[in-house]
Amino acid sequence: MPEITFREALNQAMAEEMERDPNVFLMGEEVGYYQGAYKVSQGLLEKFGPQRVIDTPIAELGFAGLGVGAAQVGLRPIIEFMTWNFSLLALDQIVNNAAKLRYMSGGQIKMPIVFRGANGSAHQLGAQHSQSMEAWLCHIPGLIVMAPSVPADGKGMLKAAIRDDNPVIFIESEVAYGYKGEVPEGEHIVPIGVGDIKRPGKDVTIVAWSKMVHVALEAANILAGEGIEAEVVDPRTLRPLDEQLLVSSVEKTNRCVIVEEGWPYAGVGAEIAHRIYINAFDHLDAPILRVTSEDVPMPYAANLEHAVVPNAQRVAAAAKKVLYV
Amino acid sequence: MEKKKLLEMYRMMLLIRRFEERTAQMYGMQKIGGFCHLYIGQEAVGVGAVSALRPGDQFISAYRDHGHILAMGGDPNAVMAELFGKATGCSKGKGGSMHLFDVEKGYYGGHGIVAGQVPVATGMAFAAKYRKEDRVVLCSMGEGTVHQGAFHESLNLAKLWRLPVIYMIENNRYGMGTPLERASAIWDLSQKACSYDMARATVDGMDVLAVHQVISEAITRAIRDGEPTLIEARTYRFRGHSMSDPVHSHYRTKEEVEEQKKQDPILIFQDHLLKKKVLTQALIKQYEDEIKKIVLDAVDFAEKSPLPELEELYTEIYS
Amino acid sequence: MASKLTMPKLSDTMTLGVLLKWLKKEGEKVDAGEVIAEAESDKATMELEAFDAGILLKIVVPEGGKVPVGGLLAIIGEKGEDIAALLSEKAPAPEPESVPESTQPLPAAPVPDMTPADEIITTDSVRIKASPLARKMAAAKGIDLRRVQGSGTGGRIISRDLAAMPSAAEVPAKQAPAAAPAAVSSEQPLNTMRTAIASRMTLSKTTVPHFYLTMEIDMDKMVALRAEMNAAQTEIKISFNDLIVKAVAAALSKHPRVNGSFAGDKFIFHQQVDIGLAVALEDGLITPVLRDCAARSVGELAKEARVLIDKAKERKLTPNEYTGSTFTISNLGMFDIEEFSAIINPPEAAILAVGAIQEKPVVQNGQIVVGQRMKVTLSCDHRIVDGATGALFLKDFKNYLENPALLLL
Repeated sequence: MPEITFREALNQAMAEEMERDPNVFLMGEEVGYYQGAYKVSQGLLEKFGPQRVIDTPIAELGFAGLGVGAAQVGLRPIIEFMTWNFSLLALDQIVNNAAKLRYMSGGQIKMPIVFRGANGSAHQLGAQHSQSMEAWLCHIPGLIVMAPSVPADGKGMLKAAIRDDNPVIFIESEVAYGYKGEVPEGEHIVPIGVGDIKRPGKDVTIVAWSKMVHVALEAANILAGEGIEAEVVDPRTLRPLDEQLLVSSVEKTNRCVIVEEGWPYAGVGAEIAHRIYINAFDHLDAPILRVTSEDVPMPYAANLEHAVVPNAQRVAAAAKKVLYV
Repeated sequence: MEKKKLLEMYRMMLLIRRFEERTAQMYGMQKIGGFCHLYIGQEAVGVGAVSALRPGDQFISAYRDHGHILAMGGDPNAVMAELFGKATGCSKGKGGSMHLFDVEKGYYGGHGIVAGQVPVATGMAFAAKYRKEDRVVLCSMGEGTVHQGAFHESLNLAKLWRLPVIYMIENNRYGMGTPLERASAIWDLSQKACSYDMARATVDGMDVLAVHQVISEAITRAIRDGEPTLIEARTYRFRGHSMSDPVHSHYRTKEEVEEQKKQDPILIFQDHLLKKKVLTQALIKQYEDEIKKIVLDAVDFAEKSPLPELEELYTEIYS
Repeated sequence: MASKLTMPKLSDTMTLGVLLKWLKKEGEKVDAGEVIAEAESDKATMELEAFDAGILLKIVVPEGGKVPVGGLLAIIGEKGEDIAALLSEKAPAPEPESVPESTQPLPAAPVPDMTPADEIITTDSVRIKASPLARKMAAAKGIDLRRVQGSGTGGRIISRDLAAMPSAAEVPAKQAPAAAPAAVSSEQPLNTMRTAIASRMTLSKTTVPHFYLTMEIDMDKMVALRAEMNAAQTEIKISFNDLIVKAVAAALSKHPRVNGSFAGDKFIFHQQVDIGLAVALEDGLITPVLRDCAARSVGELAKEARVLIDKAKERKLTPNEYTGSTFTISNLGMFDIEEFSAIINPPEAAILAVGAIQEKPVVQNGQIVVGQRMKVTLSCDHRIVDGATGALFLKDFKNYLENPALLLL
């Protein structure tokens, strides 16, 4: 299996799906002539032409809504937000239209649209360019939220997202675009709502998604050095959640730590913890702990930024705490 | 225009008026809940515009949508049932007054967020162009919409990409209780098109034939030249902003409303058709009787229809 | 046929309307859609329209009248019609809250059937902190959680506390041995005390990282002091142990960690020095607790120790007399044990094992003389007490015993 970067895997997924279905098109800021702000769409303009790889003006609300309109009459838009920070301008279209039109119309409308882009912090981008938006979006019934952690998942999940008839929020990471991994060539689908065990273990379950999976794996390595076998569970899709996988892991380990790059208050981890409490309460030997970003706007200074985002040491410490060691 | 077509337009305006009068009564009798925005006074805009559409053209609008869905051929029974929150409603009782849909008829619904439908219309037009379809999208909005960013982003995209869309402002003079002059820096709203070098027109929204004409021209422009158009139709609502608002109070006088009612679009058109001998008193009586039955039947249908099953709560969230 | 004009619901929140003004008089003709009255809702003044044409036959509500939504306002019909029946009709009872049935009971979001941990109260209404898994294990093993010492955060009972315990079912029920064939061994079921000792000591030895410090102490002055004290009064006989308790208490006051507890994510420093005395029983042992030892005199401590030890031997101690110690002393001097190391009594930070006072040849001023010497070993929980911390404590303890006058300070 060839080893390629995350961005190449996403690029492959889009190229293959655009070849497969003429209704699929890509729209966003700098996706065409500039080749993508993070080079995810590199070469697509040359391959598919400006009718299907469409540069937009800086008008997130406008082109997100345009995507909604195109989707409800049968096209399959991929709307790229340069980063999810900018999606805040487009939330009305995502929340009020993409997520609700099917329901409000009594099922008359389908909404096959993917909103995708980079999420979370990178390096010293400051408070307005470092946000993790998944908690905001997971809140909305009608949306599907996916957050791949490795290139193979990135490809398989994006292909599934494009083929789905529902609005899919696709969370990527600027930092992870350069991560390499083995990715199957051609048809490779990771179904929506199916999680994955990224490292098996018996002592403690560490739940993480997107970039944080790598932090969790690093923590698992540290713990292994102390004889603790952590199981790293990647739900991959955050809505709907692979509850069964999470619960069965906790039933095995009796302890759970959830790692989330977003803020703690009303975070996705809070919901996951709740689901585990409800479904695996009698298997828990310690309260579930969450390791999240600090509850502050992202500071600029490198040392402060480092202190905000979850790291392997914090995750390992939390794991030991639930193990009472 | 053919006599048959003129009579259809007249009859549709009358149907919308009577349907909504009955709607008001049903609201008073607590058969209808929530927000309920009546179209009474604006019938010429919706009927004039829709009468110009061709089969396959699409229409999307805001929350003052009862008249729009009926003009698009929506079933009065299904519309009244939706207002009653019944399973047989056009949106299965999940939409309500502000969210009436009949996709089969080309009507993509009532939208509750001011300007929310404008980028969506733009996208529908984008799809028509993408698939090289002979299709125009009509987008109706209130005059309050032009102050929203979504409106401007959409106009720019439509002009930039030459999309077959017609943006139609139904200027009824008041955004809830705020008159246009207290909300807008300009009076002539189609001037908004100038920023985007877009074709524009202003039309008397009480004159159904004038509206028909200006929309027809915009359709031709969209199809022939691949150009969008911004139209301002000047109209007036005879009722409050919604059922729970007064017809007149601090924001406009009773005298103003009475004066405007003299420009009732239905009476204007009726007089015109009577003069042209297209319409007769006998025909008016016949239409009134037919329509009364249609509307009462719709109420009866809604009344007798079942409530949505609780299981419906969790259906149609996802495909 | 006559029809009723009723108070319409003019806003979603309206329950009552005020009929402000009649624009028509009784007997006047009205058209359908004609405004015939003005009414005030909770939001605004609104016009009331007639929905049917006819004659305003009867005004039921005068101007200024308050009418519930749906209440009769007037009757419209043909001239001369009999409206008595309509007038006598009761106003339609307003639909309750106008909430359609369908919105009342929500079927979704199943509420799981479970008892929140917070509500599990033991019969003596002392809340037991235990993880859900531990509760499940205890229930499966038939173990009473009140007997289990928790080793988790804040003393929470967790799975490992139960893992070491035998299930109630595994403890054979009391019964006469059935004609034991060629008895090569015999069995004795554990009583409650033995079960508790087994669990606590296993827990301690397997989860508390112990280390040990041993020190020899010159007891010459103490031997002399004790003799003096017992010669000077007859009310209470002072034992070496009483003096050791006092010296330990004095030293603990200066070393809060040794008088503390490790609690998972924090240290607990106890305000008071409460010393447990390990008392051997016929089959088992128990540790009655001497409270607030630092603040009390040797005499007081001695008197109370006698009472508690007697009660212990009669197995008459109440739970508050044998729980809650902050430090424990185990003295095997009476068995001529020279030195030994004891197992910490969780959640305490340390335990002092006291050996016998022995006569030993010692060098004093260049001469070999007979000295009284005692060896003690401090077992420490390394999570709260480090080697140096323990050593400094022992040094102070030794200082008190070797210079008993300091205890009077």
